[in-house]
Amino acid sequence: MTIDVFVYFAALALMLVLSVVKERRDLKTIWLFLLVGSILLLIFDKAYVVFTMITAAKVLAASMGAAFLFRLTLRHFVPADLVKEVVTLPLTAAFGLLVILITALTGIFAPWIAPFGEAEIVTSSFAPADQIHLLGSDQLGRDMFSRIVYGARNSVGLAFAATCLAFFVGASAGLMAAVKGGWFDQIAGRLADVIMSVPSLIFALLILSIFGTSIFVIILVAAAIYSPRVFRLARAVGRNTVVMEFIEAARLRGEGDWYLIRREILPNTTAPLIAELGLVFCYVFLLIAGLSFLGLGLQPPTADWGSMVRENAALISFGDVTPLIPASAIALLTISINFVVDWMLHRTSGLKE
Amino acid sequence: MSIENKTEFILEMRGLCVDGYSNEGWMPILKGIDLNLRRGEILGLIGESGAGKSTLGAAAMGYVRDGTRFASGSVNFDGIELTFATEAQKNALRGARIAYVAQSAAASFNPAHKLIDQHCEAPLQHRLRTKTAAQKDAIQLYEQLRLPNPKEIGFRYPHQVSGGQLQRAMTAMAMSCRPDLLIFDEPTTALDVTTQIDVLSAIRDIVRVYNTAAIYITHDLAVVAQMADRIKVLLRGKEIEEAPTRNMLLSPQEEYTKSLWAVRRFKSPSKPAPKEGEKSLVSLHNIHASYNKNDKIVDDVSFEIFKGMTVAVVGESGSGKSTIARVMTGLLPPDQGNVRRMDKPLPLHYKSRSREQLRQIQMIYQMADTALNPKIPVCEIIGRPAEFYSGLQGAELKGRVEELLELIELDPAEYYNRRPSELSGGQKQRIGIARALAADPEIIICDEITSALDQLVAEGILRLLDRLQRELNMTYMFITHDLATVRAIADFIVVMKDGKVIEKGTKEEVLRPPHHSYTELLLSSVPEMDPDWLSDLLKQRG
Repeated sequence: MTIDVFVYFAALALMLVLSVVKERRDLKTIWLFLLVGSILLLIFDKAYVVFTMITAAKVLAASMGAAFLFRLTLRHFVPADLVKEVVTLPLTAAFGLLVILITALTGIFAPWIAPFGEAEIVTSSFAPADQIHLLGSDQLGRDMFSRIVYGARNSVGLAFAATCLAFFVGASAGLMAAVKGGWFDQIAGRLADVIMSVPSLIFALLILSIFGTSIFVIILVAAAIYSPRVFRLARAVGRNTVVMEFIEAARLRGEGDWYLIRREILPNTTAPLIAELGLVFCYVFLLIAGLSFLGLGLQPPTADWGSMVRENAALISFGDVTPLIPASAIALLTISINFVVDWMLHRTSGLKE
Repeated sequence: MSIENKTEFILEMRGLCVDGYSNEGWMPILKGIDLNLRRGEILGLIGESGAGKSTLGAAAMGYVRDGTRFASGSVNFDGIELTFATEAQKNALRGARIAYVAQSAAASFNPAHKLIDQHCEAPLQHRLRTKTAAQKDAIQLYEQLRLPNPKEIGFRYPHQVSGGQLQRAMTAMAMSCRPDLLIFDEPTTALDVTTQIDVLSAIRDIVRVYNTAAIYITHDLAVVAQMADRIKVLLRGKEIEEAPTRNMLLSPQEEYTKSLWAVRRFKSPSKPAPKEGEKSLVSLHNIHASYNKNDKIVDDVSFEIFKGMTVAVVGESGSGKSTIARVMTGLLPPDQGNVRRMDKPLPLHYKSRSREQLRQIQMIYQMADTALNPKIPVCEIIGRPAEFYSGLQGAELKGRVEELLELIELDPAEYYNRRPSELSGGQKQRIGIARALAADPEIIICDEITSALDQLVAEGILRLLDRLQRELNMTYMFITHDLATVRAIADFIVVMKDGKVIEKGTKEEVLRPPHHSYTELLLSSVPEMDPDWLSDLLKQRG
């Protein structure tokens, strides 16, 4: 433990010196605050706070290290024209990409990765973690780790399908509204307003209780709720492009709307749309997790991160971390996606440090 | 000024190098510039875009844009070394002792505040005057700059005054702290010739009254000839030559400077007049057009365009000349009147025209940046009209695109796959021409196509169009406010003002005296390469 404390203070001091040398006043304040704060905490006998901070620092360092290694490896696997992008990739975005990649692989290869079946009862309920059951078991004695792995497939797959649908509908309607204008724009716009004016969770609960909780209904509801968001963005960026003279030139040539959208407008709007794709994915994912938590999402025994939180929620009153495992899986994935989206927005808006 | 001491020069630059960061690393923008500026002296900086004029102007304030840096050399402002000065030191100078007048006044004023409030910011910030004193001073400056209603104009918002007035208000704002050095970055480039005269004379007088030193950046030689005591010519970050204005105009030493001076001599050989009874290719008959019913933009305009000829439509901004183009292409159906091709009426709206009718009228735009889709490679920009109209595919299409690229004097091997962002301004405009040619049209409408370009580049474009006209028997309608362009290439001239045709006829008829009074005003407002031109003209006009 002492060696940890020593490394911790040495690292803080080093960072402080570096920020002074590099004239980064903002960073200097942060390092100084941490250093002085930690010393004060030690003096006033609150060492456990410092140990928590050391653990947090370790987790952070490990993530950064993983992201760094990922970035180093990635550059050998991408085409030559992308190498520059990879080298300049911020660590946060690299971390985000790494998590997304791992989640995707886990979802795709779930049956080979999971040691036990999705709904298989293998041990006693609420069994603690051990060598065989890496994360313990849930309220029915199913293996927690296996369910997390299958959950990656179910929750993420469902959210992905719903996002794609929302995106296809929203973006094509939005770009069409930008090109056509007039009555199409008015009707589509007012329809979007109506959907957006209903609170999304209430809307979803209403529809799901009427039509039942099948996977298709969930996908359709999520797509219906989030396509107006995409519609608005696509219409706004589309309109910015439509006023350009190259669109006028294409119209005067006699080109149809579909060509205008596909070849002239879409290439100029992909960047904000892709960034929005990431954000909408997060929202859809959280909506589905929320629905599952409320019991209207994926139905048991299907493993789903949202419902896994609810099923094990009782344990939190005993100070057990089991319900936090699926919750943190949700948090980790959404944060990672946001890291990547931030980087994309940053890159396309041309902002420099 | 007789004693040689350190304070003789208000600004001294020694071997100044500024680097800019691009994909390959740090690239030099300025490569060792030496510059001396005496108190009260005006130095003209000229060069093409990309020559580093604006960078040099900013460097004179100790400022480098994001992504650029001082590499070496010194900028010494009245004994203060600006390349090493801290931000606080530079802030104390900027606005108070060095001021800047930007090209686009409309974009530089904050639209949410009144002119006078923005004017008073600098004196208040530097604690030079109280608010009342600063306002009183502003009104005095407005008066000196000959703004109409000087007592009242400052209390308007930027969108409530015209472009020329705004530019003068901005000059007044720069003068608010009576700086020792003013930097003008193309202050009249965006203005009409007639407004330009007012702004130029106002600027020249106020700078002389307060004995302010100035750096005047422009690409217009005739303008710089009126304003500057000395002229410095820049090319790709290097100084080509520097001399007092008169010497420079009379006997430029370097080849490059001579080529700049020669630009305005280009003249297309005149063509034989159309035969009696020849049908006009396109004709406009009593066109009335408006964007809303109460506000007529084009008022009873008729003229004819004959095959193989160039018709120039001339006028100030707001005269309705671009609206004529929109009527012809069918983007704006006229309220009354019709457009005919070979004496047969064309449908008024472009959507009701057939593909063949659309193909016959093509357009080239002023801003090549917005006229070419930035995400599409050159081969597709040019290839699409060829594919669309004549159904060319595969190798045939590629051959046609390469042929077009050769026609506009760009090497197909090099430019075939480029994107517009990888082209210079003149090259982009050439691609715009190629796109119009790809449709194999009968008439090309050129909407101010050279006004955003440097003179040398613009001349290249005009020569290209002239050659294409002779080779392909092409017909042009040229919309422009630049009479130099009109002199160079027009066969027929239509002069417009406030939506009406003031005068029309062959070039000889319109340009030979006696002129209509408005044509006379336009013609006499075109700056000439004579340093006394502005003074003489103002004397004449009284």
